[in-house]
Amino acid sequence: MALNNDTVISRLNETFGGKILSTELSADFLNVEVAADALKEIAKFLRNDPEMSFIYLTDICGVHMPEQKDRELGVVYHLHNLVANYRLRVKTWLPVTNPEVDSVTDIWTGANWMERETYDFFGVIFTGHPNLKRILNVDHMEMFPLRKEFPLEDSSREDKDDRFFGR
Amino acid sequence: MEKPESQVDKREIKLAKMPPGMEGQGFFATTLDSVIGLARSNSMWPLPFATSCCGIEFMATMGANYDLARFGSERMSFSPRQADLLMVMGTIAKKMAPILRQVYEQMAEPKWVIAVGACATSGGIFDSYSVLQGIDRIIPVDVYVPGCAPRPEQILDGVMRIQDLVKNESLRRRNQPEYKQLLASYGIE
Repeated sequence: MALNNDTVISRLNETFGGKILSTELSADFLNVEVAADALKEIAKFLRNDPEMSFIYLTDICGVHMPEQKDRELGVVYHLHNLVANYRLRVKTWLPVTNPEVDSVTDIWTGANWMERETYDFFGVIFTGHPNLKRILNVDHMEMFPLRKEFPLEDSSREDKDDRFFGR
Repeated sequence: MEKPESQVDKREIKLAKMPPGMEGQGFFATTLDSVIGLARSNSMWPLPFATSCCGIEFMATMGANYDLARFGSERMSFSPRQADLLMVMGTIAKKMAPILRQVYEQMAEPKWVIAVGACATSGGIFDSYSVLQGIDRIIPVDVYVPGCAPRPEQILDGVMRIQDLVKNESLRRRNQPEYKQLLASYGIE
């Protein structure tokens, strides 16, 4: 039953070869960076392969790294094999000009709201998502607030004196 | 009504102060405004709109120690149709704004609004893309209670100031052009 990093790395490499861009260990968890165009196939493999069996998608989240040219937006999938109690992170990076990646809602149903949230805050387009619209923010919002180019502060305040905020 | 000194009960039951008027044997005459103001101000039905920690302070305000019931407001109205006083306590996210506004619009005149705490007043520490920077951006507010969170005494003070407004304002305030203009500036009605 025991699943370990070496097994996961070798199984992924032998099945997907060049689509696995890098692997690293961080905070005791294996991180696997994959090519965005293969993400769905890899997710399907990780979910359905009897040895992998990552039946639980803990979370999907976004990252914005403006200094990484053409791979500014990241999507991180936190997976959990409940039987072996083994966790894995799968990352994929997308260009901010065309942040599209396949939806995994038909692999893990729970991905539905997580992908909506990632779309809401980072503007990542999950192709194939059944209902990709904002989930937490107001519908008429025109920005993706966790992208670094957007200010976190409310833009409608007039009473704040910049001198008192070190600006 | 105040009794002659000889009849005052030793336990000194607090009664609402009698408005100025003409008194004689068996009658008392005063203005309709002040009678209605007296009645209204001592029987406010608050609608608590509690979204966060200020709501917890409000619960203490309603409890036996502070006891808002002493001011005639023990009856919480959870239907906006029957409420007189909208008490907004806590952070109002922008997504909550239309709901708050709808609650306000559903209340019948006369109605008053009290913004309790820094968040309801100005957005408080949440100067953020997701938080409404004060409820006076969507509905008119009568009294602001500062504090993060305000103590129950402060909330009581705010309610008492509302009582002053209720007691002293003209019955026709709601028909005044200023009031209509105020509502129109919020796009209400």
